[in-house]
Amino acid sequence: MVLPGIAFMFVFTYIPIYGLVIAFKHYTITDTINGAPWVGLENFKIILGDKYFMQAVINTLGISLLKLLLGFFIPVVLAIMIYELKDGPFKKLVQTISYLPHFLSWIILGGMMISWLSTTGLMNQMLSGLGLIQQGSNHLLSANKYWMIAVLSDIWKEAGWGTILYLATMSKIDPTYYEAARIDGANKWTQIKKITLPFLMPIISLNLILNVSNLLGSNLDQTLVLMNSQNSARSEVINSYVYRMGLTQGDFSYATAVGLGISLISVILLLITNTVTKKMNDGESVIF
Amino acid sequence: MKKKTGKTVKENKTFNILNIVVLLAFTLIIVVPIWNVVVSSFSSSTALASGSSTLWPKEFTLQNYQKVFADSSIWRAFGISVAKTVLGALTHVFFCAMVAYGLSKRKLVGRGFYTTFGVITLYFGGGMIPYYLLIRSLGLLDSFWVYIIPGMLSYYDVIILMNFFRDVPASLEESAKIDGAGDWTIFTKIFLPLSKPALATITLFNGVAQWNDFMTAKMFITDQNLYPLQMKIYEIIVQSQTKGFDNAALANSVVQSSSKGVQLATIIITTVPILIIYPLLQRYFIGGMMVGAVKE
Repeated sequence: MVLPGIAFMFVFTYIPIYGLVIAFKHYTITDTINGAPWVGLENFKIILGDKYFMQAVINTLGISLLKLLLGFFIPVVLAIMIYELKDGPFKKLVQTISYLPHFLSWIILGGMMISWLSTTGLMNQMLSGLGLIQQGSNHLLSANKYWMIAVLSDIWKEAGWGTILYLATMSKIDPTYYEAARIDGANKWTQIKKITLPFLMPIISLNLILNVSNLLGSNLDQTLVLMNSQNSARSEVINSYVYRMGLTQGDFSYATAVGLGISLISVILLLITNTVTKKMNDGESVIF
Repeated sequence: MKKKTGKTVKENKTFNILNIVVLLAFTLIIVVPIWNVVVSSFSSSTALASGSSTLWPKEFTLQNYQKVFADSSIWRAFGISVAKTVLGALTHVFFCAMVAYGLSKRKLVGRGFYTTFGVITLYFGGGMIPYYLLIRSLGLLDSFWVYIIPGMLSYYDVIILMNFFRDVPASLEESAKIDGAGDWTIFTKIFLPLSKPALATITLFNGVAQWNDFMTAKMFITDQNLYPLQMKIYEIIVQSQTKGFDNAALANSVVQSSSKGVQLATIIITTVPILIIYPLLQRYFIGGMMVGAVKE
């Protein structure tokens, strides 16, 4: 009963890994992978001089770092706040509503965003209602706003969902800790600082490592929906670049080389962050 | 000492009020924009063009929905979405369970090798282009099966099910064996019924992923007849954007802005099935996440 599974994994994961060799070849759609001529590192040399690729790297890093800086700790704070609520309808309501956006696909959310951010959309209605603007404009057509739009929409979508893991961890904290703290006169802030946060630390650092190692793997779905000709200078990310070069323009070898280079850098990032957090956590590793 | 406790109580009260206010604001930030889309989908095209329907439909109309439902290609896409969701989720959970059942047997020869073989798939892969070439050489381009077959197995779900299967009492299995049951009977008659919560979790989450998936269609399907709803919406959105839908000049034309209403109606129709199974899903959130966390 295991063998069909093994065969499946061989075909759908291991054969594509082998397919990576085309990064070192000159592969065209009529070739077979084995039949294509070797070109060594030529594809990788082109990458370094490719200004569109460099632009995509800057966008990917910019958006991912902003997501990390602005978005990483919001779920932690939210989770603690939800945890501190009394059990009851309000707590349930907050949880139900905050998880919901996670289940909307980027296509759906992208469609909604195009409506919110359009000239006559919700965003401009609110801004003009507050007297902040006179005339509405389409925010998605302005390249300079794209990074912020991408980051904030991602936070909007995933912040609530991000609390689940923390809430699950906190549900395992022994309530007697809090009772003891209360008797000693500790207020909520002290309780959070001295009891809740230390409990969450391992899972927070694990999440941080996974996030950092994913810095270069920015969301393809999101980019494909929100990108347009006006904002593409700021919205093109590595994944969408690979997609365009490979599947739209048929430059398979070059696109594979880009993808392979990026995965290697991601693995290095993972190793670095793991080492750093290991040092911070007194030698206790979170992943390896 | 007494004074200190009094101060603490007061501080905690401030904390609680602040907490509720902030969380209330947070939920409003999520609800209001979604509500705005719902309201807009029921608004007339002129109201949408002038941007006057914010929280309540202006010039209430069902026209947008009528237009969507009148389009036979939407119905077709809906059918494809349902088919790939149901069939995809069921084959996924069954196949994962089968592999997990086999791997959960400690006496399995080569078990260590198989699990390493599986774990590697979680961390490494060929990436987008080699994967595309594989799908192409398998002849799955422009075939409905591209939605089902490549998604049948995820080793992550296998691990979750393996943990569940280990908790099934060994005595049950032994007594079945004495009664002459083979592995297949034990798997389908004992293990599957006993692991319903885990199977339901995986089926529901995989179903949502299938319903929301559009990359598969975007990468591998060019035949419009095989488009799922998500891809349909993507097309509508991209078309409207490239047409310069939101140019100030075009925003006034009824044709352009009515297409905005149709877009929003399609979006709402696509989201409704998710909202219907949402209460079901919610029951499994925490449990499912806990199982996932154990693995980490």
